[in-house]
Amino acid sequence: MGKTLAEKLWESHVVRSAVGEPDLIYIDMHLVHEVTSPQAFEGLRLAGRPVHRPDLTLATEDHNTPTDYTLPLIGTSSIKDEVSRTQIEALRSNCAEFGVTIYPMGDAEQGIVHVIGPQLGITQPGMTIVCGDSHTSTHGAFGALAFGIGTSQVEHVLATQTLPLDRPKTMAVTVNGELAPGVTPKDVILAVIAKTGTGGGQGYMVEYRGSTFEAMSMEGRMTVCNMSIEWGARAGMIAPDQTTFDYVQGRDHAPKGADWDAAVEAWTQLRTDDDAEFDAEISLDAADITPFVTWGTNPGQGAPLSDIVPFPSLIEDESERVAAEKALQYMGLEAGTPLREIAVQTVFVGSCTNGRIEDLRAAAAVIEGHKVADGVRMLVVPGSVRVRKQAEEEGLDKVFIAAGADWRQAGCSMCLGMNPDQLAPGERSASTSNRNFEGRQGKGGRTHLVSPLVAAATAITGHLASPADI
Amino acid sequence: MDKFTVHTGTAVPLRRSNVDTDQIIPAVYLKRITRTGFEDGLFNAWRTNEPDFVLNRPAFAGATILVAGPDFGTGSSREHAVWALHDYGFKAVISPRFADIFRGNSLKAGLLTVELAEKIVQRLWDDIEDDPAIQVTVDLVERQVRWSGEVHDFDLDDYSRWRLLEGLDDIGLTLRHVDDVAAYEQARPAWKPTAISTAS
Ligand code: SF4
Repeated sequence: MGKTLAEKLWESHVVRSAVGEPDLIYIDMHLVHEVTSPQAFEGLRLAGRPVHRPDLTLATEDHNTPTDYTLPLIGTSSIKDEVSRTQIEALRSNCAEFGVTIYPMGDAEQGIVHVIGPQLGITQPGMTIVCGDSHTSTHGAFGALAFGIGTSQVEHVLATQTLPLDRPKTMAVTVNGELAPGVTPKDVILAVIAKTGTGGGQGYMVEYRGSTFEAMSMEGRMTVCNMSIEWGARAGMIAPDQTTFDYVQGRDHAPKGADWDAAVEAWTQLRTDDDAEFDAEISLDAADITPFVTWGTNPGQGAPLSDIVPFPSLIEDESERVAAEKALQYMGLEAGTPLREIAVQTVFVGSCTNGRIEDLRAAAAVIEGHKVADGVRMLVVPGSVRVRKQAEEEGLDKVFIAAGADWRQAGCSMCLGMNPDQLAPGERSASTSNRNFEGRQGKGGRTHLVSPLVAAATAITGHLASPADI
Repeated sequence: MDKFTVHTGTAVPLRRSNVDTDQIIPAVYLKRITRTGFEDGLFNAWRTNEPDFVLNRPAFAGATILVAGPDFGTGSSREHAVWALHDYGFKAVISPRFADIFRGNSLKAGLLTVELAEKIVQRLWDDIEDDPAIQVTVDLVERQVRWSGEVHDFDLDDYSRWRLLEGLDDIGLTLRHVDDVAAYEQARPAWKPTAISTAS
């Protein structure tokens, strides 16, 4: 019997396997940020261990960095919160002590860890990539096995460049067909999550397959794989193809010359064999997918924008019904309200889900020539310094600023509100990020997850809207 | 991680059941960036609000074995709970029943969890309350707890016992296979990327 892509990736990284023990898996690249790494480095120090492969470890600062354009990004004096500042200072001294490459705040390569890996060409097909961060699944878009890990695993990878792991099962998510105009990769993944629920992928390495994903750009594929964790999947991946190779080729860390040819030959093998079997399969039809938004407090509580806030009483499953009731109460929403009538005070465009150049271009194209509605603030936060500079070269910053939006520095920003970019209690946002959990964007804040197109249209109208509504 | 073979010390009676990890160490301590020094957070609420709490009583100062009620370590999976107990000076925790994740975290970090039947735990509580100076021995080699003439066997799977006896944490275990890792690295294609900056 043939093998799935996930199985091929797994097997090519087994350092050692023994009956009754987890497989020892080699890690090709370890990404590090300031929040989940301090105690891992401290553990190494206490045990007198070095970082085994500093050359396969890359650090950046993203969660705590301020994005206010008026602040100096040199040193750490611009970080007011003490915990945030301490975490960043700890990362810098740990990287210096252990010889790890770091792109700190203010550096031309700084940015959200899941944005900078791909843009540097460090994320490549066939790799294993880990990070102490659940959205590491983003890198699976290149046909890599990429997943988030806990702090003691971070220490384990630093010390050994390996992890003892039990092999997860495999699942295929197949979507075929062409997406209608105005329907984006974000809508596809929100529709998948709404179908499966937040636990549907638990215990699986998921492969997204079918012509819909094949037609997507690399950035779109990253948006899809990024949210794999939101339906519980251990990892999400898409088989590499010409689109992938074209994206990687020529980037700083991409193989060059004869190495490139050898790499492409190896990468071409990274496909699920025709006779391979998945442990589970689900499928959707692209024609059924329309702009999608969430109404609740987990990413599975979503519906087409043309729909209404659901009536919890019509939900059969009891725990889901109770969850929906609680969510509507937290969100301050009335069942039966058309989603299009929900007014927001804030629009956030950014994050490792939708903070790349294509996302900013898409949002700018909608907002050009319009104004952000009265009473609405719009934050546009590029995912990395490179994305910011590229956008500024293309004049996108001017488009946003002319519309009345706030153009900011790179970072995680309002995706989780560890820096000062937060929602006030009760404040409602349309956000291109990946989590609408209670309090995620600020205590008491209410989040609706949307695509960059819906975000921009919502900023113009002041209520959830798609470009077609303008 | 230190090896654990036979430990003898005094014990402290924690006559409470369902002690969850939030009580062992409150969430505010999770913001720290250190791996040590969590002893001040251990049972912080009880130590602050209850002058009579066992850990506040001079008679039990310096104890290295915690004897708790059933279902110790429930709730959030935070590894800090184990660090706090360890940093405070505990080498072993005895309870009739532990929460799974806590027990797993403990054994991985070198803090021995010992399950004894509830009525035996009750007797141990009575004895150490009568005389806090009683020496209690936790013997991992024989899988026994002994004090004042009492001898009780406990269960621990062979794999966990071996790891503790050898002082092997997960990293230590993997480091026993450095040859396999080196062989794998030898065979990796040279064109795989590194994080070293390519900018000139
Ligand atoms: S942008 Fe949001 S989801 Fe992505 S790494 Fe930052 S905080 Fe996590």
